[in-house]
Order: sequence, then C-alpha cells, then structure tokens
Amino acid sequence: MIEARNVNKSFGRLRVLDDLSLTIRSKRITGLIGPNAAGKTTLAKIILGLTKADSGTISIDGVRIGADDAYRARIGYMPQTARYPENLSARELFDMLIDLRRSAGPTDTELIGTFDFGGALDKPLRTLSGGTRQKVNAVIAFLFTPDLLILDEPTAGLDPLASGILKAKVLADKAAGKTFLMTSHIMSELDELADDIAFINEGRVAFSGAVTELKRVTRQSSIERAIAEMMKQGVAA
Amino acid sequence: MRVTAKVAGYEIRDVLRSRWLIGYTLFFLLVTDALFRFGGGGEKALLSLVNLVLFVIPLVAIVFSTVYLYHAREFIELLLTQPIKRRQVFLGLYMGLTLPLCLSFVAAVIIPFVMHRGMGNTQPGTFVALLLAGVALTMVFTALALLIVARTEDRMKGLGIAVALWLFLAVLYDGLVLLLVSILADYPIEKPVLALMLANPMDLARVALLLQFDVAALLGYTGAVLQKFFGRSIGVTVTSLALAFWVFGPLLAGMRAFQKKDF
Repeated sequence: MIEARNVNKSFGRLRVLDDLSLTIRSKRITGLIGPNAAGKTTLAKIILGLTKADSGTISIDGVRIGADDAYRARIGYMPQTARYPENLSARELFDMLIDLRRSAGPTDTELIGTFDFGGALDKPLRTLSGGTRQKVNAVIAFLFTPDLLILDEPTAGLDPLASGILKAKVLADKAAGKTFLMTSHIMSELDELADDIAFINEGRVAFSGAVTELKRVTRQSSIERAIAEMMKQGVAA
Repeated sequence: MRVTAKVAGYEIRDVLRSRWLIGYTLFFLLVTDALFRFGGGGEKALLSLVNLVLFVIPLVAIVFSTVYLYHAREFIELLLTQPIKRRQVFLGLYMGLTLPLCLSFVAAVIIPFVMHRGMGNTQPGTFVALLLAGVALTMVFTALALLIVARTEDRMKGLGIAVALWLFLAVLYDGLVLLLVSILADYPIEKPVLALMLANPMDLARVALLLQFDVAALLGYTGAVLQKFFGRSIGVTVTSLALAFWVFGPLLAGMRAFQKKDF
C-alpha cells in the first residue's frame, strides 16, 4: 500500500502538487488520470525518489521513504519517454542493470520472449524505433520481479500486438499479487485494466476509489464518460 | 565504490563508441604527429602542443561532457530508479566521462611521441608534465561540466554557460588581469596577481607547464610573477595543489546539487 500524505511540490512558481493525499491499495491496479500537467508524472517520480517533495510524506507499506535507497528494489518503473545510452544495445542495458543490482532474486525475462524483438536486442539503442524502445522499457520495469510497478503511459507508442501482450502481462502479474500504479490517457485501456481510479486535477485528488464506485456516483458506464461527467459537474470527492 | 565503478564502466563503454571521442583522439594524434614531424626540434613541437593542450582540452572536456550529460538524462533517471545512491551515480558519471577523455588524450600524444623518439632533444620530464597538465585540465573541466548540468535544467542555457565559462577562462581572464596590472602599475600587486592566477585553472596549468620550459617570454604576466616568486619546484607544488582543488571544488558542489536535484 502506498500512502501519500499532504504532499506539496512546486517548480518555481508553478504549484504542481497541492497538499495531495492519496492511498493506493495493494494487489490492485490503480489508474492515475487527470488533465495534462495535473501532476501525475510528478507524483510517480516522488514515489520513486526522482523528485523530492517540498513537504509531506510518502510511505510504502507503512515505511516512510526518503532516507534509504534500498526500497526502490521493490519498484519497477516504466517511464514515458526513453532515450538510453545510444551506443549500448538493449541486451547490454539489461545485463548492466542486472549486474548493477546484483540481484539475488530471480529475474523476469518473460517479456523478452513474448515481445517480438527480432534482432533488435543487439542493435545500438539509438537505431531502435520509439515503439521498440518502449518495449525495452517494459522489459526493464518487470525485470526484477518488483511487487510495485509504476507505469507511465505504458502503451503509448506500442503497436496493438505489443500493447496486448503488455496488458496481458499486467493482468497476470496482478493476479500474482502485484500492485500497479499506471497513468494513461487512454480511458478504454483503464476500463480493461484498472480496479481503482485516482483522478488528479490541479495537483489535488478530485476522486479516488474503485472503478465501480466511480461509475455508480456518476451513473455512467465507462471511465471516460464518468470522468467527463465529473469534470462537467466540478465534483470533488 | 563497486556500484560507482560499474556505472563508470558502462558509461565508458558508451563514451568510447562515440564518434566525437574518436574524432578528438584522431585530432590530437594527427596534430601531435605533424608537430613532431614538421615542427623542428622536439622542444618546439612540445611548446606548440602546450598551447593546443591549454585551449583545446578544456573546450572539448567541458562541451563534450555537457552535451553528453544532457543527452544521458533519461539514462541517469533510469539509474536513479534503481536501488542505488545518487552519490554513486554521480561519481560514476564523472569517472565515466573523465577517464575516456584523459585516456584518448594521453594515447593520442604518446603514440607519435614514441614514434618520433629518435629526433629532437625533448626532456622526458617536460613531456610527462604536459601529459599531467592535460589530464588535470580534463578532470577540472569535466567536473565543471557536471556542476553546470546539475544546476541548470535548460540544456541550451547549460551549454551556453559551459562555452562562456571556457571563453572567460581561456581568453578574457588574462586580458582582465593585464588591465588590472596596467591600472595599478604603481602599486606592489604581485601577491594579488598571484592569487588571481590561482583562481584560473587554465592559468595554473599554463604556468605549471611553462615553468618546465624556461621560456619567460611565453609565461604571460601571471606566469612571470609566479616564476619570480617561487622557484621551479615550489611553483609546481603550489600549482598542482591548486589544480587538485579545482577538481574537488566543482565536483563536491556538483554532487551537492545533484543530490538535491529533481529529475
């Protein structure tokens, strides 16, 4: 369980997170949605320790993050964009991460098999297409069998086949007891995957709860319509 | 330490495959070879090389490192999402940049030197001093690049600062010192001028090198003062210490900025 309490973050004069408090439940898929620049990526990065909050706390399973870097061993992260060292190949990149972490635990290389990389794994990363790099990112996120996965627009740039493979993997891993936090602009995708929705607007949580609850409150049949309805009414949970 | 070395190792593998670094190595290789081949005696060739080292190495080190680091931003982010410390990533980045740059410079100068060993009356000590000065300047300006990148979000701005800093230290600084000297010519200003010289790593390297050559004409004002002030050996010690400070100062400031930085 991730617990964010009164998290504030400003970049210069721009207030990105405004006293945000949010609970993300374990062993479920939480869809993090909101307009552009609502603070989704910033929240994800604060959980990862990439960005430091101005104030407030984040705790994972009751342990507050900040002092120690070891907690990140439990988190897999798939960023929105990815340009990695151009002259290394994907295989070298995987080997590097495995080597860096010298992880005692098992590695999950299932996606390397199911994504059709062809010969792309041994080519320099700079020559790969955006979609292929996104696949490389997905492999990295799952590589160390983390129990929390943060996916930032995971299917953006993926072809339908690869996107299907990734979604199947997400559902299978959820069934295996993993927690997911994913941002997406594709609401139909969240309809397929998400158990919970956290709707962030202007740095605050406008709605947080189960998808069924969201649909019930707004009396709509899909997440997209429900969110549209919510934005129209200006409802705050 | 282990993680730092690994980060550095992978970065070196990436940097060594960069066309820019290969071009840099070839440049020094060709120029050094040409200087030894056509530049008359070994001493003269070395002197020409000194001037090149003083201007080109800082420029390449700071620009290449700045561009590389901005370009590697997502890679740095990837590293930071792993359960490793920022300090380890930072030091790994530094070593991964400065080692290949030093290595390619040293290799590109040593190979022609060994090839043309027969000619000239070059003193090995002078040549070693040249190598050390090149290495020290590389280390200083890579550290400055890390500091700039850690503190500047906008990459064009960062690159601008890097080039401006080089221009300032390489060209403007000595001019300003001279101006100051001519204005205050009636006062005993040797010591302040000496302090000013210690504040510019390129001046430091120049003086440390030219103290080896006994060519007072090329020393410039600050150098002449230094030579008058110290003997050769003390001068070398002082300049070396000051250069070491120029490596660690920016490096520590950069590390502090890197640890607070939002990615």
